[in-house]
Parts: sequence; structure tokens; C-alpha cells
Amino acid sequence: MTDVLERPVDAHVPDDHGHDEHHGPTGILKWLTTTDHKVIGLSYTVTAVIMLVIGGLFAEIIRGQLTTPNGSLVSLAQYNELFTMHGSVMIYLFAGPFAFGALANFVVPIQIGAPDMAYPRLNALSYWLYLTGSITMLSGFFTAGGAANFGWVGYAPLSNSLNTPGSGADLWIGGLLLTGFSAIFTGVNLSATIFYLRAPGMTMFRMPIFTWNLLVTAILILLAFPVLTAGLIMLYCDRHFGTHIFSVAGGGVPVLWQHIFWFWGHPEVYILALPFFGMVTEIIPVFSKKPVFGYKGMIFATISIAALSLGVWAHHMFTTGVVLLPFFSIMSLLIAVPTGIKIFNWIGTMWRGEIWFSTAMLMSIGFVVTFLIGGLTGIYLASPPLDFFTHDTYFVVAHFHSVVMALVLGGMAGLYYWGPKITGYLLNETIGKFQFWLLFLGTQVFTFPQYLLGLQGMPRRMAVYPHDPQWQNLNIWSSIGAAMIGISTLLFVINIMVSWKKYPAGDNPWDAHTLEWFTTSPPPHHNFYRLPQIRSERPTWDYNHPEHLAIAHGEHATEPEKVTSA
Amino acid sequence: MEIRTLPPQGAATRKRPWRRLRRVVALPLAALALSGCTVPSFGASQGVTTSSRSVFHLWQGFSIAAAIIGVFVLLLILWAVLAYRRKGDRIPKQSQYHIPLELAYTVVPILIVFGLFAATLVVENKEVANPATKVTINVNAFQWGWKFSYPGSNAFVVGQTTQDPVMVMPVDTNVHINLTSTDVIHGFYVKEFNFSRFALPGVKNQFTFRAVNTGTFFGQCTQLCGLYHSLMYFKVKVVSVSDYQKWLASFSDNTAAQNQQNVTNQQTSTGVPSKPTSSSGAN
Amino acid sequence: MKVEAKLLLGLGLFFGAMCAVYWTWSLENAGGVMMFAAMLLGFLPGSYYWWWSRRMKARPEDDANATQSEGAGVVGSFPGTSIWPFMLGMGAFFVVLALVFGIWFLVPGLALALWAMLGGTAEGRRGGKV
Repeated sequence: MTDVLERPVDAHVPDDHGHDEHHGPTGILKWLTTTDHKVIGLSYTVTAVIMLVIGGLFAEIIRGQLTTPNGSLVSLAQYNELFTMHGSVMIYLFAGPFAFGALANFVVPIQIGAPDMAYPRLNALSYWLYLTGSITMLSGFFTAGGAANFGWVGYAPLSNSLNTPGSGADLWIGGLLLTGFSAIFTGVNLSATIFYLRAPGMTMFRMPIFTWNLLVTAILILLAFPVLTAGLIMLYCDRHFGTHIFSVAGGGVPVLWQHIFWFWGHPEVYILALPFFGMVTEIIPVFSKKPVFGYKGMIFATISIAALSLGVWAHHMFTTGVVLLPFFSIMSLLIAVPTGIKIFNWIGTMWRGEIWFSTAMLMSIGFVVTFLIGGLTGIYLASPPLDFFTHDTYFVVAHFHSVVMALVLGGMAGLYYWGPKITGYLLNETIGKFQFWLLFLGTQVFTFPQYLLGLQGMPRRMAVYPHDPQWQNLNIWSSIGAAMIGISTLLFVINIMVSWKKYPAGDNPWDAHTLEWFTTSPPPHHNFYRLPQIRSERPTWDYNHPEHLAIAHGEHATEPEKVTSA
Repeated sequence: MEIRTLPPQGAATRKRPWRRLRRVVALPLAALALSGCTVPSFGASQGVTTSSRSVFHLWQGFSIAAAIIGVFVLLLILWAVLAYRRKGDRIPKQSQYHIPLELAYTVVPILIVFGLFAATLVVENKEVANPATKVTINVNAFQWGWKFSYPGSNAFVVGQTTQDPVMVMPVDTNVHINLTSTDVIHGFYVKEFNFSRFALPGVKNQFTFRAVNTGTFFGQCTQLCGLYHSLMYFKVKVVSVSDYQKWLASFSDNTAAQNQQNVTNQQTSTGVPSKPTSSSGAN
Repeated sequence: MKVEAKLLLGLGLFFGAMCAVYWTWSLENAGGVMMFAAMLLGFLPGSYYWWWSRRMKARPEDDANATQSEGAGVVGSFPGTSIWPFMLGMGAFFVVLALVFGIWFLVPGLALALWAMLGGTAEGRRGGKV
């Protein structure tokens, strides 16, 4: 059934919702044939969380191996596979798809008052490519040679057919091709949706920050992912068709792979991060009962991060000795500025607010603190001499785990915040708070020993460290932290089971600001029965609290302009 | 720097609380100013080369900046979290913009960033400079070992994995390193040098060390290079110039030819030899 | 439409400037080419939006004072359900498996993909559930 959609008008409030209900297939057929962005978003969410659990299991095995200098939990070869697949699963299959496929898919169209994504069938295709790509990549474990084992960055010439024969590596490439196309299609879809399907009055500078961040993310995806796909095809040709793009023997240049990979890889960092920034930027204002502080500055910061992120890729390559150090150094350092603006804006939002410490808010504050640590240590790495000092040591590992664990905290915040909108039911707050403290403290216990280990000279990707038994204590601490993080994830799963359909949420349990809280939980097919007038980036808040509009510094609250309801 | 603020001897007998306070604040500051050693190391170490020391000082500078900024922001967060807890159903003032404040926290970080960048440039230029030198060592990384050869002499050292081949170098001399790789990318990393560099196939990476202490230091491959990456160790032995000359001279033509044969065997063998052959050279 | 255009054109301009600085300074071609392409990716859609923004009147979503009733009416035709994305995904899956397990995987892969493309196009033209 194709629905010729008429946009609902505010006055149109159906007495019974029955005639708007969507009658389609149910069960497995619904999952296979759906083009509804909400169902696809939910599929993405569930798949991504499963990937988080799988990648987390790899991490726990890795941390188990490192608790002793001559760890024998896994062999050297298995260890290489494990950290490769840990990184690959977490970056390619969890963080990315979770960031721009899961909650974004669900929330963005509703936030701008759209009935669906601009290309619903392309959206479904994105999900199928993501799922099949994940299966492809993970199935490497079931091949004779094992999964890919050259690190998630796949540096040539280690990733060529001579050094890494076997189908595990090819499955890795294949899985990445599929998920890469999935990401590109999502990028097309998101930008088209945001450019063309906004509700009347939803001007660009009234879009919620989450939507803004996803727009910028979508543009970054379109800039970066094709480069990765091209690079992977070159790598495949090198492996199987006898080309010598990355091999010295045939006149190729191994460093070219690094240029291509990181030209995708650094924007990818922000493709991962910006959606999570967006999530906490939605959550912190709601639970502080204030508008986001410096809304336009926030957008400016997001765009600057995206713009600068295209010019910093070679800070991952400082130690190659063949890149232009000062250019990449200053560009990388400059990214700290917009990121700092964001952190100050988050604090400014909480300032003089009425902070409600729900689990989502706690997770968001945990995100800000953890991200601050990851960001500050990142500044060191933007300085080439300090990068020579710490490159490929555990300092770098600790730095980016601070960042990505902050993103996990942000993602959990998002799940606690939007979960009720998606399912109609709240999660248990008590278990949620336990989960937060375990996750937050576990993250710090996990990363801090790693910073010290890096400064003591422990390189990354080491299965054993027989020469340096003095690293054992710190490694044990780090493993304890990893165990805490693991338990916190388990608590999340337990929480879902415990609170299954137990605490009905209502339409707007948080007194939130944006359009998704104006509709029902879960929203109806095509999202809205009616829409409020949109006069700021907080239409739902304006509708519920017409006497409390946002004001700039120096202004006094004036008689609100009447928000009419037709 | 704050010596002047110290009260004269005997002034303390007056026991004015503010003077005591001033002394309490001034003493550590004075101590800090008097000896650079009291600047905390922030987990890093001085290292044993001239550039490792400048890197260490840069590290300290960055750490101080990061600590100040980090503590300031953490305190802001802590204050916001503690002071603005929800106390009722009051709706706070819906303030959204404060342009001067927003400008301040845009401009100040930019200034800090340019300061850090300037400091970076100074150290970086020192570190990547290749001053003229008489001592050159060719370092060749391979799966999974190292070969150190000394152009102009017959000396070389080669060894795999935990054989820990030793790179011998003279102290207080600029030592020029030509780093390359025969197969995949490796990472040349000596912790005490506070330095690492990729060994790239097809590229000759050049850099210069000037060690200030003698001693033996562990080095290790930092870039994932395959199965035995975790075990790709080497040592750097910094000796006096005369010892270095003696060591170089100890390589007669015969031993060199013998060693050359060993190298060929080792490099063409696949995997790691089951019984370690001894690494040649002084150990 | 103007804001969208300015966003993309601005990004294109920035990438162009960065490309010029980088390429002339480093003389490294891979990054230079990629940044140049990034600039084009800002300019191509950006200039298209700019061209249109000067030739159309503001849409309700660009109008700060628009009321919801201004946007009433047909938004577009949205497919209810469709099996073709799944079929196309499976086709792509088999095509990629051909990269790993052998060329014969291309047969079901391309067949599924072709079938899905035809089916999807027909569905879009007919405007109904298949």
C-alpha cells in the first residue's frame, strides 16, 4: 500500500485514531518488508546493541589476556584477530550505525515534523546492507584462516595477500564495502530528509541540535565514506588482481593507504561523535529545564568541527615521517576550540537550571566529564613531538577509549531518553543509576591505568609483555575497569527485561522540548496526528509553557507572543 | 619568581593570619620557581637524549595547561551539578545567549591553542633537524627483528624477536639513523628516547639522536606487523665514544662475512627460528 | 533553501582554501586530490541549491512565520511496505560474497539485484504494494 500522505494540520485531531492506523503485515514479514523509519531505526538499534555486546566480549577476552605478562588465554594469532575484530565491530558495526542509523533514523524525521525519511525504501536497503555487512565481517571467525588480523586500520602492506592470506581479510573488506554503502545511503537519506521534509516554520535555525548534528554528520559521511570504499577496492585489487597500488615491489606506495584510510578515518571519528554530541545536547537542556545555551554557537561549533575534520587526517601519520607536520598539527589543535565551545555550552545550559538527575541526565554528565578527559589528552596527540613520544602506545589507546566510552555513555543516555518514545515504556531508573555509576567509574578505572602504561612505554596490540612484568598491576586495574563496564552493559540488558512493558511513559514524560514529544509514544504510522506552530527550536516546550520563552542575556522575559493553536 | 613576597625574618612573629596565608601560598611557588625539578613529571620521564628532554619539557607544559583547563572545567561541572539540583517545580529563567561570554570562551581557547602550537613548533624543529654528524646507523626492520648496520665499517648487528639485537651508539655524539623496512610497516620505539618512528618499506626515514647518558635501554616495535609483533624487541646500548670505536674495530673482515651469511639465512627463513641463534655483536 | 545552499557553499569554500594551502605547501598529491574532491562535493550540490533558491519563493519550512495549515496537502507518495530493499540487500550480499568465495556467487547475486531493481521500479511506477 502506498500512502499518499497529506500533512496533518493542527486542527485535525482525529476522534478515534483507528482510521490513521497502518495495516500492514506483521511478524517477520513486517520486519522484512517495512519501510517505516521507526521500525528500521529500531532494527538498527537492536542490531547495533548486539554488536556492542559482541565487541565488548572481545574486549573482555583481550583484557583477560593482558592480566598476566605471558597471558595464555588466547594465542598470539587469536589475539591479533580479537583486537582487530574488537576495533572493527565497535567502530564499523556499533558506533557508526548506532550513531547515524539507530536513534537518528527514529528521531530525526520526527524532530523536524516529517512523516518518514525522504527515501523510505533506500532506508530499508541501508539496514539490510548493514546487517549483511556485519554478518559478512563476523563470519571471518568461521573460516579456516580466522578473521582479519591486521588491526582495524588494515595498514598496507600487512593487509596484502602475502602477509595476510585467507578469506578472513576478504570478508573484512566485503563487510566494510557493504556497511560503507549502507552509511552512504543513510547520509543521502538524512540530508535529503532534513533539506526537504521539514514542517512549516521549521527553518534551518530552528532545528534541534540533534538534527543539526545529524545533517552535518550526513554531509561528512558523503565526503568521507566514498574514499574508504575506493580504498577498499584498491586493497582488494592489490590482494587478488595483481595490482601494486600499495606495494613497493610494483612501484606502489604503502603510505597511500594510510592517506586514504585516514582521510575517511578522521572524519569518521566525528561521524561517530557528532550524533552523540547531539544526543546529550538534547538531553541536558531538557533535564535542566532550560533552552540549550548558545544554540547558534553550538551549530557554528558543529560546522567548524566538520570543516576542520577534513584537514587533520595525517595526525594519525605523524610518525610516518612523510607528512607535513605543522599543517596537521595546527588544524588538529584548532578542533579543540569548537569542541571546547560545546563543553562550555553544556555547562552554561546546566548553569542556574533545575537539574533533574534522571539516568539519561547522569549519563550525559558522565559523557561530558569523560569526553573532557579524552579531549584534553587528544590535545597532546596533536603536537607532533608528543605524538612521536606516545604514538602506538597505550596512551593513544587510553585517549580514544576515553572518547569512545564517552560516546557509549552518550548513547546510553540517548537510549534512556528516547527509549520511552520508541517503546512507550520507561526503563527502571534505579537499575539505570547503578548502571551509570558502574559504567562511569568503570570507564575511568579502565582508562587511567592505560594512560600510565602508555607513558611507561607499553605499545598497543601486544598479546604478551614478557620483558616488562612491572606493567602487570596497571593492566589488572584496567581489566577490572573493563569488567565493570561489562557488568554495566549486562545491567542494561537486565533493565530491559525487568522493565518490559511495566512503566507506561505517556507522550512527554520528561517535559521535553522537541517535536517528537508532541506525538504519541510510540508515534503513529507517519508520526503525527497534529503539529504545533513552530516558532523556535523548542516547539513542544513553547506549546506547553507559552509563558517561558527563551531569552538572551540582557533581555527580560516579556509577555510571550501568543502561540496559537491553528 | 615569588621570592619577594616572602616576609622578612621575624615578621612571622606578628602572626597576622593574612601574612601566614601569604607565606603558605608563597613558599611552594618560590620552591617551584627555584628548581625546575619540582614541576611534576605527569607520568613521563626525562629520557636520555637531548630531544627526549625537550619533549619532556613540552610534555610538562602541555600537562600544566591541560591540568589547569581540566580542573577549571571539572569544577564548573561540579558546581553546576551540586548547586543547581532540582529543588521544586520552579521553571528557571530561560536564558539562552550571552554573547560576550560565548566570545570569551571562543577567543581564549584560540589563544591557548596558538601558544601550544608555538611551543610545539620549537620542539618539533629541534627534533626533526638533522645536524651534520659522523656517526650513521642504518636500521632495517623486518618481520620480526632488526638489523643495525654501520656504514663505513663492517659492523652490524642482527637478531629476531627476543634475541634482542643491540644497537650500539656513542654518547654525546649526534647519531644519524636511516630507518627502513624490508616487508611491512614497523615502529622503531625506544621508551627512554621519548621517540618513535615508522619503518616504512620503500622509504628511508632519517632522524638524529644525541644521547646524554650511557646505559642499555629497551626498544620495541610499536606498529602491528603480524604474528610476533609483541615480541619484536631490541636494545639500545649507549657507550662512551672510545668504547664505541673499540666495538666498531672488533669487527674484522672475517666475522663480517660470517655474519653476512647469518643475515641472509635469517631473512629468508619464514617465521621465527625454533632455536634462537645468538645475535652477533656486543651484547 | 538559502541556508542549505550557504552551508554547502561555505564548506566547499573552506575545503578549497584548505586544499590550496595544503597542496602548495606539502606537494603531497593524494591528500590534495581528496581535498579537491571534497571541495567539489561542497560546490556541486551547494550551487544547485543556490541556483534554485534564487528562482523559487520561500517554502513554508523556510518561512519563520509559516502556520501548519500552509504546509497542508500532499507531501509525497510514501511506500507502505516493500520487499525489494531486502531483495536488493541480499543481492548485494551475494555479490560481495563472490569477492571472497568465488565468482559463481555472482549468479544469484546479480539475479537477485536485477530482479529487485526491476521489481522496485515497477512498484514505484505502479504506486502500490506488490
